[in-house]
Amino acid sequence: MEGTAVPGRLTWQVATVTAARSETPSVRTIELDVPSWPGHRAGQHLDVRLTAEDGYSAERSYSIASAAGEGVAITVERLDDGEVSPYLTDELRAGDQLELRGPVGGYFVWEPADGGPLLLAAGGSGIVPLRAILRQRERSGSDAPVRLLYSARTRSEVIYRDELETHHDGVAVVYTLTRERPADWAGYTRRVDRALLAETAWPAGKNPLAFVCGPTSFVETVAGGLVALGYDPGRIKTERFGGTGGR
Amino acid sequence: MDELDGNRAAGLLREIFGREMTTVAATCASCGAVAPFGETDLYPGGPGTVIRCRTCTSALVVITQIRGMSCVDLMGVRALDE
Repeated sequence: MEGTAVPGRLTWQVATVTAARSETPSVRTIELDVPSWPGHRAGQHLDVRLTAEDGYSAERSYSIASAAGEGVAITVERLDDGEVSPYLTDELRAGDQLELRGPVGGYFVWEPADGGPLLLAAGGSGIVPLRAILRQRERSGSDAPVRLLYSARTRSEVIYRDELETHHDGVAVVYTLTRERPADWAGYTRRVDRALLAETAWPAGKNPLAFVCGPTSFVETVAGGLVALGYDPGRIKTERFGGTGGR
Repeated sequence: MDELDGNRAAGLLREIFGREMTTVAATCASCGAVAPFGETDLYPGGPGTVIRCRTCTSALVVITQIRGMSCVDLMGVRALDE
């Protein structure tokens, strides 16, 4: 039956928006009250379905932005020619309802028992599932050491900036900007390449576990670079999306 | 459109197969490469959803949904394993 979650079955249900806040001019985090949410793991997704009055519907998959045990939240980047994202970033208000199903996915998932050290590499809004992993680590009291490498086009496009700049023991954040060189910027200002990975990533000898999320070109560069540095390919999880310059 | 990967089809695959599939390994019928669906390439924009082998680009799975019916073509998969 639609709207009632049966264990093991994936059903569409109606969630209510409890809060929405802007992260950057084109990115918004939407917190949702989902009546029968079975719980999720850091890195999983949910599917959103929008249905027009004429019955046309569109579905999109979004990474869940919150840790296991926290309320459900997604962070959405507006794609100007998108069918779904402009509604989520520009129109949706607290109190509005939204059809969704989930959680889904089990591949790009980190659990505290997986340990570390963790190398997290984000391109643009690829930070979203990695933020869920960071929050999961914090929430679980895990002491797995983390290096986060975050590539954004400009400083104003860095998502979760305040949260990431709050110091957390064992978490080092390295930024790089690819389209801007602010005078007072302490991070890198170039595209991630093998040399940058060699400077910033864990040495392969520490047997790190890597999660890489971003546009395809970013993911391929980072994953290929890590393998070249000696990382075990079986410990590099990747997730690609068409978010930047795509839909 | 930029390509996506099988992780973005987790919901659709679970709807079809009734279980989590992104960690299930598919053996490509064309080239024999074995990879979990999380490491396949996904093309969701056409009339159906096409999941391709990342090694040889052959279509592994094609799913078309219309009027509440799902048509699933698994001809490109030789085997599915945990």
